Amino acid sequence: MAAFQELVQHYNSWIAIFLMVSGLYIVVARGNMVKKLVGLGLFQTSVYLIYLSPGKIIGGTPPILSDQYTVYSNPLPHVLILTAIVVGVATLALGLALVVRINEAFGSIEEDEIFEKDVEA
Amino acid sequence: MVLLTMMAVVTIGVVRLRNLFAVVILGGIYSFLMASVMIMLDAVDVAMTEASVGAGISTVLMLGVLHLTKMEEIKPAHTPLLPLFVAVVTAGGLVYGTIDLPPFGDPSGIIHQNVAPYYLQNSITDTSAPNVVTAVLASYRGFDTLGETVVIFTAGIAVLLLLKGRRPLPASGDGKAKSRTRRRRRRK
Amino acid sequence: MKFDTILRVGTKLLLPFILVFGLYVQFHGDYGPGGGFQAGVIAAAMVIFYAITFGLDAAKRAMPPILVETLIGLGVLLYTGVGVVSMLKGGEFLNYSVLEHDPVAGQHIGILLVELGVLITVFATMTAIFYSFAGRGR
Repeated sequence: MAAFQELVQHYNSWIAIFLMVSGLYIVVARGNMVKKLVGLGLFQTSVYLIYLSPGKIIGGTPPILSDQYTVYSNPLPHVLILTAIVVGVATLALGLALVVRINEAFGSIEEDEIFEKDVEA
Repeated sequence: MVLLTMMAVVTIGVVRLRNLFAVVILGGIYSFLMASVMIMLDAVDVAMTEASVGAGISTVLMLGVLHLTKMEEIKPAHTPLLPLFVAVVTAGGLVYGTIDLPPFGDPSGIIHQNVAPYYLQNSITDTSAPNVVTAVLASYRGFDTLGETVVIFTAGIAVLLLLKGRRPLPASGDGKAKSRTRRRRRRK
Repeated sequence: MKFDTILRVGTKLLLPFILVFGLYVQFHGDYGPGGGFQAGVIAAAMVIFYAITFGLDAAKRAMPPILVETLIGLGVLLYTGVGVVSMLKGGEFLNYSVLEHDPVAGQHIGILLVELGVLITVFATMTAIFYSFAGRGR
């Protein structure tokens, strides 16, 4: 029973950890550059989850002030993550631009093939 | 909780699939699920951003890149045992760390004791904006947001620098020459 | 896709509503969820939608790349401009209270202007990135 309670209380963090580790695994184990960028995205979104989870108060409402509510969730993580998402897509676009240039220079986006061609040259 | 489990399932799909088109589309689904979870966590502004940015723009950009490159991923040459080991060890350490975290949704957590009550109480008298997130974003932490805007500006300029201009002829000496100079620099 | 009547008419019907929704998100950001970041992305999505249906050249005619590239800088300039103006008026950098006689009204104007700067930069950057990726294909 205690284990079940622990699971409910920390379910968010554990899922976030699972997502983060999957992102890490993709980045390390897969050689395809687009896949690596998807993995980075997974890692990034797991961090959003970690930030937002503690800000929630059970029974609270979104932090838009009104006379009808008194309990609001914490607005500070929302602000941080809001900007992080937009910066994330900007950096993602930069990474994709690099992938396109690599593909034009080497004709491949697989890490192993690129290393081979780099040694030949 | 159901949504979170669905996210985990989608993640397994992303890890296992080798067709990049499917991976990108799954990424879009993942973003929508993430946005729903954010609504459950009361972060409506963030959910809106995630739905439009993560599921919209990112997916479009990824598909654009897939159009320029290949759709299929080759089979990895080496066994994934070492990365798997690293991932599992990291996960173990992180899970051990979560045991000491305060329980989910507890209003007496440390995060709710510092500046958040100040923002919630004073933002309407200070800035007349009922949406506290906007007030904090644009006014209390305006300097931060200026930094973010400059980062976006810089990233946009960098993408334009990389992708504008004429496309080099395929299989010309251009790429090789570049890599050679890069390696020489590394050797020094 | 250029000759598909349903797609063309449907796109033309939807476009103004997307823009209006983007502007609503922008200017209602003080009272409900929304703000410059989201509005910029929604407006950029409108341009991308147009480009997907009618082709990149039509989109470039409607929204010239040179204009987009100017707007990238203009947004940041507007943001820092608000900061500099508030400095000239005797406050700190980005302290909007001095923009008007009433500090609260000054804050309101400051937030609106700053969000407008964010909107312009995000919209222009996303559109420019899309143009450069899509234009690379040929």
